[in-house]
Amino acid sequence: MGKVNIRSELCKGCGLCVTACPKGLLVISETEINQKGHPPAEMIDEEKCISCAFCAMMCPDCVIEVHK
Amino acid sequence: MKTVFEKPKSLLDVPMHYCPGCTHGIIHRLIAEAIDELQIEGRTIGVAPVGCAVMAYDYFACDFIESAHGRAPAVATGLKRAEPSNIIFTYQGDGDLASIGMAETVHAAARNENITIVFVNNAIYGMTGGQMAPTTLPGQVTQTSPYGRDVELCGYPIRVCEMLSQVEGAGYLERVAVNSVKHVIQAKKAIKKAFQNQIDGKGFSMIEFLSSCPTNWGMNADDALKWVEDAMIPQYPLGVFKDRAAQEGK
Amino acid sequence: MEEKVLMKGNEALAEGAIQAGCLHYFGYPITPQTEIAAYMAKRMPKVGGVFLQAESEVAAINMVYGVSAAGKRVMTSSSSPGISLKSEGISYLAGSDLPAVIVNVQRCSPGLGGIQPSQADYFQATRGGGHGDYHMLVFTPATVQEMADLVAKAFDLADKYLMPAMVLSDGTLGQMMEPVTVRRVEETHYEKPWALTGTKMQRSHNVITSLNLNSEAFDKQIFDRFERYKKIEETEALWEELSMEDAEICVTAFGITARVVKKAVAIARREGIKVGMIRPLTVWPFPKKVFADAAERVNSFISVEMSMGQMIEDVKLSIDCKKPVYLCNHAGGIIPTFEEVLAKIREVGGAK
Repeated sequence: MGKVNIRSELCKGCGLCVTACPKGLLVISETEINQKGHPPAEMIDEEKCISCAFCAMMCPDCVIEVHK
Repeated sequence: MKTVFEKPKSLLDVPMHYCPGCTHGIIHRLIAEAIDELQIEGRTIGVAPVGCAVMAYDYFACDFIESAHGRAPAVATGLKRAEPSNIIFTYQGDGDLASIGMAETVHAAARNENITIVFVNNAIYGMTGGQMAPTTLPGQVTQTSPYGRDVELCGYPIRVCEMLSQVEGAGYLERVAVNSVKHVIQAKKAIKKAFQNQIDGKGFSMIEFLSSCPTNWGMNADDALKWVEDAMIPQYPLGVFKDRAAQEGK
Repeated sequence: MEEKVLMKGNEALAEGAIQAGCLHYFGYPITPQTEIAAYMAKRMPKVGGVFLQAESEVAAINMVYGVSAAGKRVMTSSSSPGISLKSEGISYLAGSDLPAVIVNVQRCSPGLGGIQPSQADYFQATRGGGHGDYHMLVFTPATVQEMADLVAKAFDLADKYLMPAMVLSDGTLGQMMEPVTVRRVEETHYEKPWALTGTKMQRSHNVITSLNLNSEAFDKQIFDRFERYKKIEETEALWEELSMEDAEICVTAFGITARVVKKAVAIARREGIKVGMIRPLTVWPFPKKVFADAAERVNSFISVEMSMGQMIEDVKLSIDCKKPVYLCNHAGGIIPTFEEVLAKIREVGGAK
């Protein structure tokens, strides 16, 4: 498992995690759309992730799991 | 690898119907985290409102009841008086708690009812499409204040925490926000304290959460959280408005 | 010999509720039923029950909803304008299939009205009162003894059929004093696996709601509920008959009016008029079959009411309008006198 696990099918693409990440490691996908029609959030550089879980704390849909 | 953040157990693993970026989801999670940490899921009963959170009962693992609009504190009173060892909480929006339900809110506080009230204040009526709420800001445009709330015509917004702080029965009143990580951390402490108060028999606790409504405010999720910071917090300052137990040195 | 005590109707009803196992009461003062709240305030703490004066009748019915959801017997009481306030809550109880007892000690209406007695909430009680397709059991006592006995029956059937039940009384019965024996009623134990008792981490959660956004499911739910109502109509109607065997005129009334009618019927019989009486003790379920059978034998009906004619519609419906049904009535809080009823019986009898 990676440091950050995003359940893309449940993500609503709201972007709050993107703003919350202090390292700017999350983006809203510009290529993917899930079954509900939302572009999900995705991690762009997991190496730099410090597992602070700010993204998960700001996610209203609880789709992010964080590991260290 | 160890898990540092996962969904709390008392939040059911089902998709929630709230709009993208709506902070109801964060508030639900904080309540579930508190329930998990205090190990009270087995004896907790929630009271759902009329509003966007009308189907909150689909998202929590504890027993739940749907209340008529505004009547949640009365329903909670019945549940608590029927079985005082159960932990009862209500989850209410600004119309539910501060408009139609104002009498029930004030009197549950006056009676020092040993329950926990979650007040989700987003200064608008979300479910019905964005009408003015008792907490709508002066000048704020809504469907029923299309030219901006005119205080001459329809009065001033109500600061519920401040108002209830004058009610002798109220035990613990705190206003928090969930528009930033820092605020979310403080909000979590507050709701956990409110549940702990009930466990300890300390009486009426209410946590007012400043929340967002991107859809009806006509903003994206990020801008909505900025509006909470820039417009709502000046009108509704964060902090503890009453802590009777602390005053009495308990 | 069972002990009889002299009690006011309102208080006998309250004691009857407690003896039937009701340990939760929420109310609000309104004339002419405030004695129920006052009696409960004194008595509930003594029996380890809960009494709370709510901030309004609206709050009270919602507290009732909470206790009922927790699986316990619970009651509220009010009078006409306060029952209007409770209408939404009653609809929620019915729509959530929850038992509870609501007492209406009727006063004359509409609006603020007066504090004198009335029977003009019959439509409100029997046609639902609140919004939507539903019914509640409605009991109509005519004596202080029946105030105590029927409230116990109300709790039992409400629990059995999972629906709200109303005791439809009036200001006279509420205020009058008569000898009464309030019996301890052994509570039939009904399992309530749906009650909100906390999961205790041993079951999945119980949810009580009347919200149903799926039309097909909601349609079925309501049809199923009405199947239950149909069974109730077939088996739970209560009534009393007097001198109906050879009656040519049937007089009908409920509550305090029925006592007046009994006297008028007795005098009319002495005059040789073949008149009988049917007195419903439940107006929902209405004893339709009794009236339908009577319509085969009698020439006419007279409904005596303290309203502008509400039960009269159920009489006409029960008999398929086969025979004429006349109204003898007062509003404004006036109880029809036995002379007025007698005059009507004579008039109807003479017109055959």
